[in-house]
Amino acid sequence: MSEVFSILRKPLILGNKSYADVTSDIANPLDRKPSLPWWIAFLVSFSMFVLGATAVIYQLFTGIGTWGLNNTVGWAFDITNFVFWIGIGHAGTLISAILFLFRQKWRTSVNRSAEAMTIFAVMCAGIFPIIHMGRPWLAFWVIPYPNMRGPLWVNFRSPLVWDMFAISAYFTISLVFWYVGLIPDLATLRDRTVSNIKKKLYGFFSLGWNGSNKTWRHYETVYLLLAGLATPLVVSVHTIVSWDFATSVIPGWHATIFPPYFVAGAVFSGFAMVLTLMLIVRKVMHLEEYITLHHVEAMCKIIIATAGIVGMAYMTEFFTAWYSGNEYERFTFINRAFGPYAWAYWMMFSCNVFVPQLLWSKKIRTNLVFVFFIVIFINVGMWFERFVIIMTSLTRDYLPASWASYSPTSIEVATFIGSFGLFFTLFLLFARLLPMISIGEVKAVLGYGKVSKHE
Amino acid sequence: MSKRLLVSVFEHEHDILGATNAARENGYKIVDVFTPYAVHGLDAAQGLKKSKLPFVCFALGLTGAVAKLGFQIWTSASSWALNVGGKPFKSVPAFVPVTFEIMVLFAGVGTVLTFLIISKLQPGKKPKVNFSGATDNRFVLVLEQTDAAFDIRKIRDMFQPFHLVEMEERIETSGGLLNVKEAFQS
Repeated sequence: MSEVFSILRKPLILGNKSYADVTSDIANPLDRKPSLPWWIAFLVSFSMFVLGATAVIYQLFTGIGTWGLNNTVGWAFDITNFVFWIGIGHAGTLISAILFLFRQKWRTSVNRSAEAMTIFAVMCAGIFPIIHMGRPWLAFWVIPYPNMRGPLWVNFRSPLVWDMFAISAYFTISLVFWYVGLIPDLATLRDRTVSNIKKKLYGFFSLGWNGSNKTWRHYETVYLLLAGLATPLVVSVHTIVSWDFATSVIPGWHATIFPPYFVAGAVFSGFAMVLTLMLIVRKVMHLEEYITLHHVEAMCKIIIATAGIVGMAYMTEFFTAWYSGNEYERFTFINRAFGPYAWAYWMMFSCNVFVPQLLWSKKIRTNLVFVFFIVIFINVGMWFERFVIIMTSLTRDYLPASWASYSPTSIEVATFIGSFGLFFTLFLLFARLLPMISIGEVKAVLGYGKVSKHE
Repeated sequence: MSKRLLVSVFEHEHDILGATNAARENGYKIVDVFTPYAVHGLDAAQGLKKSKLPFVCFALGLTGAVAKLGFQIWTSASSWALNVGGKPFKSVPAFVPVTFEIMVLFAGVGTVLTFLIISKLQPGKKPKVNFSGATDNRFVLVLEQTDAAFDIRKIRDMFQPFHLVEMEERIETSGGLLNVKEAFQS
């Protein structure tokens, strides 16, 4: 029989929507002309993207000597941004896959945009290791392919090769997962649009979907399987990214805590970014009845939990540094908290550990303005986390003679701004072309927490 | 060859579940049910068996993992045995990450492709049958009229408790086109 929803729970979708209401509420904005705020946002993001693209082209022609790197610090802004963006992507998979496996029905209102966010964030992340190579046109050398240089293969024992496999597999699976989720909605759009071009496009990509239950049966299985596969994948990707550091012998990096610490941090920063986007989207696109306070609160609770894990990891690192008796390790952590980059460390610590504690208060986590500022702080804090890990360990390693400092050049800053430009440009285009909320899945949870009309 | 079909349209999830159950219990041949979202319990009501895709997924994942592990051992220990920092050539623990990623990639992408093939979905394909509203707010049950004893009025009575919205008779020709023969409005 039909699924029984407890009426003791809060409804997920407000406003007593019918199925047709859901379709029109989500699909109608796609038929209208873009609003003024959209154009402004688009122009700003696109300009940022152009700035970044110009910087990338300049550094390609001139060489990465245009960066602030030196002999000691050979890996700085680019890897910080890479880890930051990969982390942002993880909440998308977490919402769509892990929450799906845990039967968390509130995910339906946010999963589509969270998945889109994942794809765009991974694209932004991908830019940095590629331009870091200096000669990106040879990037295909990290792929094992039969070549004319004898039996020359990549070194499969290198974490950087693992990275390449992890990121490309993650990107592919995220894209497939997102697209599979879109197919029924594309069919819905195809059947209602009046524009000929759109009908053709939606028709092409909806693959001939007609809502047949024989197809739905396989579809549900595929979706469950993809969720089951994406769940360990998301954990593995950030674990592998952390191994880039942990397999080296630099003090502060060579730590077994890195994989869980990075994964928790990724979920933390990803949820902060999802909330940042969702708070804007629900307001601008008038989706308040779909992305309700209940959703915001649920995400805030995950942020509290992951902030706790991240804070615990910071302190565990300190404890391990002291307890190991290793003087280099001890020095690194004292240097982190009180050395030349102490400002970045305390910025990270306050944004990621202290500020999220405000969300324990129901008053604060239901006040959207407060939540918005808190998640912005977390976004900043999580960027600084990566910066601190990389910078403090690299600038002062075992040999005081090689100590150096680092500050980014304008080219590096422009590239970083450009990655934000790319991310927001893609997200804004997505908001104009595809449904922001999974129409089919939201219809399935309409009765959640409500007494049926027929009872 | 042509088939005579009876198309019944409903408005709610529990109605389509009830109607499908009733149709199957009374021995009518259900061609298919069309819904705007995946209705839980409809597979059982329609008498569909569980999808076998998990087995496909498992087989593909296993193939990917074995192939990739074999490839890594072959390249690192046989085809180009390069000594990197004295690491062992056949360092299986170091091969785990890439093996895992390729396993997931094979299993995920392969299962989706299998799904598209068995469901006959492909880019640019026009849906063979498309009921207006089945992708929006209507639940459509299609029965096949198997013999002369098939009585539409009897079925209408059977479906009335489930808030039948609309019922029409169609003929499916070999070309796959559906012609509206008769339409009833309830």
